[in-house]
Amino acid sequence: MNENVNEFWDWWIIVLVVINLVGCLALLYWTRKVKAEDENETTGHIYDGIEEYNNPLPHWWLNLFYITLAFSVVYLVLYPGMGTDYKGTLDWSQEKQHEQEVQTAKEKYQPLFDKYAAIPIEQLAQNKDAIGMGKRIFVNTCFGCHGSDGRGNPGYPDLTDNDWLWGGSAEEIKFSIVNGRTGVMPGFGPMLNADQLDGLVQYVGQLSGHKVDANAAETGKQVFDTQCFVCHGNDGKGNKMFGAPNLTDDIWLYSGSSTNIAKTIKEGRTGVMPAHGEILGDAKAHLVAAYVYSLSNQNESDQ
Amino acid sequence: MFSSRTQSVAFKDLYAKQRKIYPRQVHGIYARLRVVSVLLLLGFYYLMPWVTWDGHQAILFDLPARKFHLFSLTLWPQDFILLALLLVFSAVSLFMFTAFAGRLWCGYACPQTVWTETFLWIEHLVEGNRNQRMKLDKKPWGLEKTTKKFIKHFLWITFALFTGYTFVGYFTPIKELWTGMLQLSLGPWEWFWIGLYSLATYGNAGKLREQVCLYMCPYARFQSAMFDKDTLIIAYDNDRGDPRGKRKKDVDPKEKGLGDCIDCNQCVHVCPTGIDIRDGLQYECIACAACVDVCDNVMMQMNYDKGLIRYTSENAEAGSPSPLFRTRTLMYLGLFSLLIGVLVYLIASRIPLDVTVIKDRVTLYSESFDGKIENTFQLKVLNMSQQQQTYDVSVQGLDNITVKGQVKITVDSGEIQTLALRLAVPAESLKKQSNTIYFVIKNVNIDDQTHSIRAKFIGPNK
Repeated sequence: MNENVNEFWDWWIIVLVVINLVGCLALLYWTRKVKAEDENETTGHIYDGIEEYNNPLPHWWLNLFYITLAFSVVYLVLYPGMGTDYKGTLDWSQEKQHEQEVQTAKEKYQPLFDKYAAIPIEQLAQNKDAIGMGKRIFVNTCFGCHGSDGRGNPGYPDLTDNDWLWGGSAEEIKFSIVNGRTGVMPGFGPMLNADQLDGLVQYVGQLSGHKVDANAAETGKQVFDTQCFVCHGNDGKGNKMFGAPNLTDDIWLYSGSSTNIAKTIKEGRTGVMPAHGEILGDAKAHLVAAYVYSLSNQNESDQ
Repeated sequence: MFSSRTQSVAFKDLYAKQRKIYPRQVHGIYARLRVVSVLLLLGFYYLMPWVTWDGHQAILFDLPARKFHLFSLTLWPQDFILLALLLVFSAVSLFMFTAFAGRLWCGYACPQTVWTETFLWIEHLVEGNRNQRMKLDKKPWGLEKTTKKFIKHFLWITFALFTGYTFVGYFTPIKELWTGMLQLSLGPWEWFWIGLYSLATYGNAGKLREQVCLYMCPYARFQSAMFDKDTLIIAYDNDRGDPRGKRKKDVDPKEKGLGDCIDCNQCVHVCPTGIDIRDGLQYECIACAACVDVCDNVMMQMNYDKGLIRYTSENAEAGSPSPLFRTRTLMYLGLFSLLIGVLVYLIASRIPLDVTVIKDRVTLYSESFDGKIENTFQLKVLNMSQQQQTYDVSVQGLDNITVKGQVKITVDSGEIQTLALRLAVPAESLKKQSNTIYFVIKNVNIDDQTHSIRAKFIGPNK
């Protein structure tokens, strides 16, 4: 819409409003008296022999009309109603009202966030109210991958089992939330023959106490000690520097069945936790960290 | 059109000025009944907010928190059906009483009548009886008139303010409201509502009075739909009263060819809506029976029989049988009883617990490493009772279903707690892709407080 059209519609509105108000007033004023000869006449409406009297309205009814007109005028002075250039003496707008409401909410909740942001996560994890806030943020933001109960899904770690890829200290948890993590298991398929692959699968199973073919596992161990130990460590307990999982605890990110272990070794895996620092802001990330920390560090009495 | 306005054509107002009515004070059985009714209703209204129950205000409509406290019952927005039923019930009872006894409500129980009665009583106290009031209004403004008017309006406004304050006291704890008022620390909306209801009381009961009944009240207009020829109405006995005429007390009216009506106009003077009941049944009549009382007094003085104006029905007046129980009233009675039954049943069987089940939808299901199918649910458990409660959650509907997560939860009164539960079933238990399950939430402390909610357990495509 160009400027001229805008101006036309402005005046269109203004003129219509004024004509309406003045017209109503004039109509009310001019019709407040009727010819006396109408007295006691009916309106001429007859329903089943019942006639309708043309009785006068009470006088205060007329005053109500005048009051509504006065109300309109006051409204049009206070609020923007007469074209886009007149803003009204209250200078009200939807945007301003929204900003004001956001400001009010900030004033109300910011002190609470500030208070909690100053408390160390370990301590915050004992605070029922803070945990409640953290939980609500978690359920909104994190449930897609980790589940609303935090127990994860295949490929997305369980946050309740105190088994950590990247470390379970309060600082490490918060770092994971704020900066995200990317864990890469390269695919070893091309480097391994069938015996070596099967041996590795058997050995990895053995580490978690599965019943396996001991001979094959021995072959696997030799491969493990030359290749896999770099990330998963000599004892297979993993390394939180790379997010390499502990292979000895029978907790599986991508399933512990032989088929799936073989698939993981052959094709590799990539797990991404996106960075949430900018999405949540520090105060909320702090609360989520406290909630996640509390999932693995609950008091017995809270269970 | 204005050129036709000449001297010869007279004009009158399209809008009629309110004709001030000076109802005479009346004594008698029905007036006494109304006083009892006024005292009971206003007593209830003004005292009830001060009654406490279990440590809270017995009746409090807490709108910001969206909770209605009614003694040991707390109603939530989830109980809206009860409010709807209560309104239906109120409407039906109004219809029923109308069919039985006409405008019983108008004459004795309507707030408009009750407060107008009180305001009239104050007016009578300050300005005197009907004649004195009429004389006072005709007088030019002087010391006496100013003083009396000032005192009257002062009392009216004080009473109206107290009424407005009490009204808001049903929505905001009334004791805090009192201190807030004294310290001028109330919010703008509390002042607004106190002001509005004070103004409404003052305006309706002091100024508008019968105008409310005549022009604003919808009931006055549609009650005729509930009327039949057996409905109790107030009527003047034409056959007995006419022809009307003044006569000495010792004169035999028959000799003069007169009826029993001595045309003293007392029935008109006492009428709060300013009508003449002798003109027959009119929509303006609020059936307050003031004319019955005053006419009975006159008849007694004349040594005539009472009841020239009386409660009767069109059929009774015509000498036909006028049964109280007839199809119309029996049907209303049936509907009324049915609604009472439903309301009582709903309130008695109400479990003050609300649970919402939300299924995780990003992952419809997942396969656990031990070959089970898992679904994750959030249960939002709202304790609507006035005490802390502990609930136990179990799941039914599928074989060998197991629940991971906290299944016992303690929720404070009015609090919502969220349970996140992961359900697992062996893949072979799932016969279909979508399976109906039930979350059963049982109150650990109270028997028979069990809530069952249907949900869907999703598995792989079969």
